[in-house]
Amino acid sequence: MQALIDGSRLMTEALVRAGAEVFIGYPITPANNLYLFSGKRFKTFFAAPDEITTLQWMSGFSAAGKLPVTATSFPGFALMLESINMAYMMELPMVIILVQRLGPATGTATSGAQGDVTLLNGMLSGGYSIPVISTSEANDCWEMAEKALKTAVNLRTPVVLLTSKEEVMTQFSFDLDTLKEIEPVERKYYEGDEEFIPYSRDENGVPAFLSVDNNKHQVRYTASTHNEKGILEGITPGALGNTINIHDKVEKNLDSYLHFELNKEKGSRTLLVSYGITANAVREAAMTLREEGIAVSTLIPKTLLPIPGIYLDIISEYDHVIISEENHTGLYSSLLFGARAPKNIHTINTIGRMIGPEEIIEEVKKHGN
Amino acid sequence: METKFINTKTLPFCKGCTHTTISQNTEKALQKLGKNLLDVILVTDIGCLGIIDKAFDTHTVHGLHGRSVALASGVSAGINNPDKKVIVFIGDGGATIGMQHLLDAAHNGYNMTVVVHNNMLYGMTGGQPSEFTPEGFRTPTLPQGASHKGYDICGLVSEAGASYVSRITGIGDISDQLAEAFSRDGFSLVEVMEICTSYGVKSNPGMKLKSLIQEAGIEIKVYTDSEPKVYQTNEKDTPSLFNPALEIEKEFSHKLEKPLRVFLSGTAGEGVQSAAEMFIRAGMRCGLHGTKKGSYPVTVGVGFSASHLILSPDPILYTGAPRPDVIIVTSEDGLKFAKKLIDNATEETLLLIDDSIEIPVTKARIIAKNFRELVGGRNAVTMAMFEYLHQNSIIPFEALRKQFVSGKIGQNEKLRAQIGEAYGLGE
Repeated sequence: MQALIDGSRLMTEALVRAGAEVFIGYPITPANNLYLFSGKRFKTFFAAPDEITTLQWMSGFSAAGKLPVTATSFPGFALMLESINMAYMMELPMVIILVQRLGPATGTATSGAQGDVTLLNGMLSGGYSIPVISTSEANDCWEMAEKALKTAVNLRTPVVLLTSKEEVMTQFSFDLDTLKEIEPVERKYYEGDEEFIPYSRDENGVPAFLSVDNNKHQVRYTASTHNEKGILEGITPGALGNTINIHDKVEKNLDSYLHFELNKEKGSRTLLVSYGITANAVREAAMTLREEGIAVSTLIPKTLLPIPGIYLDIISEYDHVIISEENHTGLYSSLLFGARAPKNIHTINTIGRMIGPEEIIEEVKKHGN
Repeated sequence: METKFINTKTLPFCKGCTHTTISQNTEKALQKLGKNLLDVILVTDIGCLGIIDKAFDTHTVHGLHGRSVALASGVSAGINNPDKKVIVFIGDGGATIGMQHLLDAAHNGYNMTVVVHNNMLYGMTGGQPSEFTPEGFRTPTLPQGASHKGYDICGLVSEAGASYVSRITGIGDISDQLAEAFSRDGFSLVEVMEICTSYGVKSNPGMKLKSLIQEAGIEIKVYTDSEPKVYQTNEKDTPSLFNPALEIEKEFSHKLEKPLRVFLSGTAGEGVQSAAEMFIRAGMRCGLHGTKKGSYPVTVGVGFSASHLILSPDPILYTGAPRPDVIIVTSEDGLKFAKKLIDNATEETLLLIDDSIEIPVTKARIIAKNFRELVGGRNAVTMAMFEYLHQNSIIPFEALRKQFVSGKIGQNEKLRAQIGEAYGLGE
């Protein structure tokens, strides 16, 4: 069925079908369509008075066994940060859709950007990881939304679904019949008769879940450094070990939520890398170059954080790597390579406008292939 | 045998601290009400009071400073079960930070009892004053004493819509007063007045709690005792967002061999986005792929409104359009916003512009027409789209006509007549 839709509609429908139960949000441009569609589609919808309240209410719902979702942009996300740290420590599943717009501060609400990935990388005090999954095309608004929710549930963690203004607001013709079926996520609960240890972990390092209204077992949720029983303990080996365990859970299960698109062109010595809104410019540039007889390969990371090592392995196979992002300072490049990238890493950066395929083509030709 | 809610005889508070009184009387109140351990969810804030969790064998949730009431609101609305008792322990510092959350929970009637441990200062960080510190009360960092009255949280949450609110003195057996609040449905709050034994007593030697309360004009009373307003979380059945009305069927063919990029630029509130959508839908009726990317200032309804459109026989990847094939400008706002594109236009570019606007210097081919005069500013872009397809048959005129008459814009009978007169709508 051909329809004129946008990414917000796809994401909302995908999240609900995957099992998301409650949307809590404070309206902000350019996440408004997500708020609008969620009000129509989620079976429970809460208009929060601000973004701190949003994350706190979400955490309460999550502790009560419901799966919450919100959508915001940087100014709102900044307010959420402490509460996201809390939800991370409590190991509460939820999805936070971050729609990037031009910053800093309030910036320009109606202009897109890719300016938040380093913030996401450092948003937890201590440098721990929350899975960050990104959309890069229409179909990702469907599939990555589903993956984000299922990752949140399966790993008992908040997950950020990273997107940007044009990805959720631009309308496009789309054949809805091409979408894969989405099955609701299967939630697992502690079923034992013995004492429930809230942060005792299974073989994957994931604690079993019980909601805070359980009639059989006591349940504790704690934001402060706590032991596996959820008791605030300060720097005891048990409590510090639990903090490390939360991090390990996200890192060690990376393969379960690793998503990327690699298009290797035979004989190519140049790799084009991008994510999010710039990914389609990369795809189009590669297509045009191939038509001209110039072979280039493409890597579109969708799981952005924690950074999968395989991206560096892939990158190391090429003589030239061009990383394109809609920000001024090359954020993802700096995450991959630090303050100084090797000389064969080239970047294309803009602010206030999308990067076009022709700019990427020009850069490829400048370095040869 | 009475249910033991507290699992230790040694509570983690300073000797003589009223926090101990509150915890012990909370247990006693819950016993009086016959509550079971797992019927209670204790949500604690930050501060000395926040380390009580491990002493309680109820469900416990320990969050951030000032946010406990918001967290408890989520828990309460999430469990949506009046048989469960959500209790929040918060201090005067937490209540200061999270005032909005307290007002909001009272306003919505979330099912919970908030126990404000008001010792009139921040005890955990060295005795700084809070917004609850009464006039004249000294703290280690405010030796001259507070210069103004503290917040009246009881009055504030009463105004916001709480069902039951009382302020009590934290001396002796307060279990009946706590039980009264715990027994209520909806949002209830008890403010317990205390003096911090570490900082309050030392900074105000010889001061007694009761005389302080009297001198500061703090009222000990039941503020509100009204019919409970209880929040209930509703779950509604919702239809899929993929409703059949979204479907656009291919009915026509097209002559487009490569992508066509159109840039519409007009004034906010003059139907630019609607006309853009109409054009894309008309293209989709011909089996074309289409994208529509809007641009507008932050303030809705003021300044320019623009739309980048692409129609293409092939799937569209990049949705930007730095060099449109067609630029349509219907207002001064639109001209200003489109200036760069018009400056960069080539002989290949077509500029359709309202003739009320001064024609800019450009290499583009120009068609100037009185769209605004014919149909008004609100419909000038729609008219311009018809003009474009009238002169360029990339898709059948019939596709646009059909989309127009079946869509929102075409419901305007006057406009239908005007467009019909100009281009013929076959009606």
